[in-house]
Amino acid sequence: MLRLAPLLVIALLTLPVAAGLAMIALPAFGYLPVLGGDTFSLAPWQELFAQPGLWRSAALSLASGLITPAVALVAVVLFLAAAQNGRLARGVRRLISPLLAIPHAALGFGLAFLIAPSGLAMRAASPWLTGAERPPDALIVNDPLGLSLMAGLILKEIPFLLLMSLAALNQLRPEKHVEIARSLGYAPTTGWLKTVLPGLYPLIRLPLYAVIAYASANVDMALILGPSLPPPLAVSILEWFNDPDLNRRFMASAAAMMQLGVTLTALGLWWLGERLTAYTLRPWLSAGGRQRGERVLTLTGRTLLTGAGLVALAALAGLVIFSVAGFWRFPDALPQGFTLDHWQRFTPMLGEALGSTATIGLVATLVATLLVLAVLENEHRRHIRPARALWLLYLPLIVPQIAFLFGLVVAAESAGIAPQMGLVIAGHLLFVLPYVYLSLAEAYRRLDPRWLEIARSLGVTRNAAFWRVRLPLLAAPLLTAFAVGLAISIGQYLPTRLLGAGRVETVTTEAVALASGGNRRLISVWALVQALLPLAGFMLAATLPTLFTAPRHRPRCAKSTPQKDATLA
Amino acid sequence: MPRPYRRTALLSAGLTLALSLPAAAQPKIDDWDAVLKRAEGQTVYWNAWGGDSRTNRYIDWVAGQMQERFDVEVEHVKLEDASSAVSRVLAEKQAGNDADGSIDAIWINGENFAAMREHDLLFGPFAESLPHFALTNPADNPEVVTDFTLPVEGHESPWGRAQITFYYDSQAAGFGTRQTPPGTMHELLDWARETPGRFTYPRIPDFTGSTFLKQALIELTDQDEALYQPVSESDFDAVTAPLWDYLDKLHPHLWRKGESFPASGPRLRTLMSDGELDLAFSFYPTDAAVAVKEYQLPPSVRSYVLDGGTLGNVHFVAIPYNSPHKAGAMALANFLLSPAAQAKKQSLDYWGDRTVLDVSRLSEAQRALFETQNDNPALPPADAFDNTLAEPHPSWMTALQDAWLERYGAQ
Repeated sequence: MLRLAPLLVIALLTLPVAAGLAMIALPAFGYLPVLGGDTFSLAPWQELFAQPGLWRSAALSLASGLITPAVALVAVVLFLAAAQNGRLARGVRRLISPLLAIPHAALGFGLAFLIAPSGLAMRAASPWLTGAERPPDALIVNDPLGLSLMAGLILKEIPFLLLMSLAALNQLRPEKHVEIARSLGYAPTTGWLKTVLPGLYPLIRLPLYAVIAYASANVDMALILGPSLPPPLAVSILEWFNDPDLNRRFMASAAAMMQLGVTLTALGLWWLGERLTAYTLRPWLSAGGRQRGERVLTLTGRTLLTGAGLVALAALAGLVIFSVAGFWRFPDALPQGFTLDHWQRFTPMLGEALGSTATIGLVATLVATLLVLAVLENEHRRHIRPARALWLLYLPLIVPQIAFLFGLVVAAESAGIAPQMGLVIAGHLLFVLPYVYLSLAEAYRRLDPRWLEIARSLGVTRNAAFWRVRLPLLAAPLLTAFAVGLAISIGQYLPTRLLGAGRVETVTTEAVALASGGNRRLISVWALVQALLPLAGFMLAATLPTLFTAPRHRPRCAKSTPQKDATLA
Repeated sequence: MPRPYRRTALLSAGLTLALSLPAAAQPKIDDWDAVLKRAEGQTVYWNAWGGDSRTNRYIDWVAGQMQERFDVEVEHVKLEDASSAVSRVLAEKQAGNDADGSIDAIWINGENFAAMREHDLLFGPFAESLPHFALTNPADNPEVVTDFTLPVEGHESPWGRAQITFYYDSQAAGFGTRQTPPGTMHELLDWARETPGRFTYPRIPDFTGSTFLKQALIELTDQDEALYQPVSESDFDAVTAPLWDYLDKLHPHLWRKGESFPASGPRLRTLMSDGELDLAFSFYPTDAAVAVKEYQLPPSVRSYVLDGGTLGNVHFVAIPYNSPHKAGAMALANFLLSPAAQAKKQSLDYWGDRTVLDVSRLSEAQRALFETQNDNPALPPADAFDNTLAEPHPSWMTALQDAWLERYGAQ
């Protein structure tokens, strides 16, 4: 049974993506009989290339796919190097980790309101500082270069990369490396960068690739913060797919293929950049410089991440205020009155949405976790190296959602699978499983095998060793992975909406539908509810391990236990 | 993919009805009691835009009534855009699912209706067989049987009325010097020159933004009649030249100097609320009044309609060709046309959407339902809607959108 696990998982993830892509590839080349496309042609591509601003759209997507992960990576790495295990590190970690739970759209709304000319920051400084009685007419949100969009994405990706790095660092024993480096006269930050980073990077490369793919193809945040004349490619695609003129489907399908190309280009360029960086930094690594730039590096590392955390918190604070705001005229720093109307108005609708959100999230994450455990345990028992084919696990993260979900709906309909809860859960699994794998695999593989050997030598069966030794030892990363999976599931909009034919209502589908009405107070209420759910998951993940590893089970040798750091505690 | 759609649900009574209806639709619909009987116990999945909590609450009320009166369960599938329902039906047709679709009713009009008709995605004719349909008095109100110039031919049932309505903050600096807001497109340009950055319209291809283009075009061009024919039958460049000339002049004085446009109609309201705009417009005449009630706009907001009238249209409810619960959907469409449901919808406490019934033809008791106190100062004056401009042919919308994007879409 276990032997089949990798195959099963790969089939489960790649077949739907392939089917969805096929259903998009055909119309991209003119074949869609239901709309009268009976022959293959290049007409959809010609129409696409004639669209005004197309190349600019693609360039925006590409730029956001490269700049966002680069900045987020630099911020996280410098922070880890500068803060190491000091008090600042623990404080910021606590501040930042819950941000992972906040859906992209919610943070996008919060940030847009924070930085807009009529936003929270401007209100706080007006008129006493700026002299403005009315908001200045300045293009900040939706700026043509996509800077506010990238800022939003960076805020959201930093917690993810930080969490992934912390989980990986656990295995690297950075203190030892830094200790040796310092004994050789290296300053702490420089020493960390030269000794720990080269080991860390390969471990967080896959999460980074997921960030690149997401940043180059996301719709949620781009709709709120992104430029509009023209918008990033993914937003244009959504518009074309939603165009009342159904003949636009051909061009939209071609554009979806193009989006895949843009994402792959971003990944390819990043890979080249990796090579180049490794080549150019090699002399710096081995040149023996011990102190140069130490202060700048340390200062940047500390301020970048702390700043990002504070901005994100301010954005959230804006949402909280709006959710209870009465009328709020510019430049008042606070609303004229407070009211619970907005919360009361939506509570009747909340029950059903919360129930299905939780069911889908829990089932999808549970199934994903079991499958990932099966794959990893199989690897371990058969002493095999991770299969190269496991790269395919990341397919649903790398192929933009928009490129295959529309096709997947047709595929599911053709197979006679009616839209329902089960189908939605299966759809969520596509995105939850890779993240669970991402969060768990390294910790699993690097658990000291001697623990299990000792257990076996005491006569415990393999299965019993798995349940009674391995799982308790891995409680912290397991729960973190579970919380990540839950957060991913709760945030899904398109898969829920498309595969459930709108019949499956979750907190997120409600939030997106309401967002189209532009009532910021109601949007704030829903965004907060949407954020609270995964947040609860993360808090549980942070506290449960202490219960799981009751004194009786706690191994005496602290080195090989997964450290609490990985739990966001 | 012409293959029979196999499904266990084939046994269900609802599906049997669905399979038999398209062929022998008329006789069954004419027997309304039989339709209601069929409808009993059905669940109608009603796909309707869910962006407004008041609309949602009204639909909730309708669902309760349908359950109580007809034993029909109505599930509101909240959409962010009606076109996603069109996509769904198209995907089902593509997959050969011709009898057990996932959508039973759609809130729709205009381009989406035209597209669904063109690709045979709608069930009908049914609307004229609904018992309450006669209350709309189509002989005197042709707009209830015409959707963007296209004859409806019974493929959708009227539900409500919308009309472009402008609103402004009477306390704002932009209105300090003048008593009246701009009543024509030319006055709007003058006003924008005096008060730059305080007006804008939603980015094309947004629905409300595209309507602004049509509104401006009707006023600026002297070839109005061409707009009510397919665009291919006229010289597009010649007809629209005054519009582009106007927009070239207007854009530098718009919000953000016309370098960025808000994403949607509702977004205009948010910008008014933030004090970034002094003048905006909406497709819903009661929008501003409702927003004042909900703390989104200041009490100093006033609504009005342009001097020459504004574009108005009727919105409808349609049934996809592959709906398995057509009887339930028809029962719903008929209930929506009942005086009780229409009056409730028009009330500001519920939604504030204007009725499609010909109120003058109703009985005295029924008329009383519609007589509510409308003393909210943010409401448009009572005679504002005497002059409603008809929607151009839907092909104009697409052509205008493409031309706009060509000119301004990539700056």
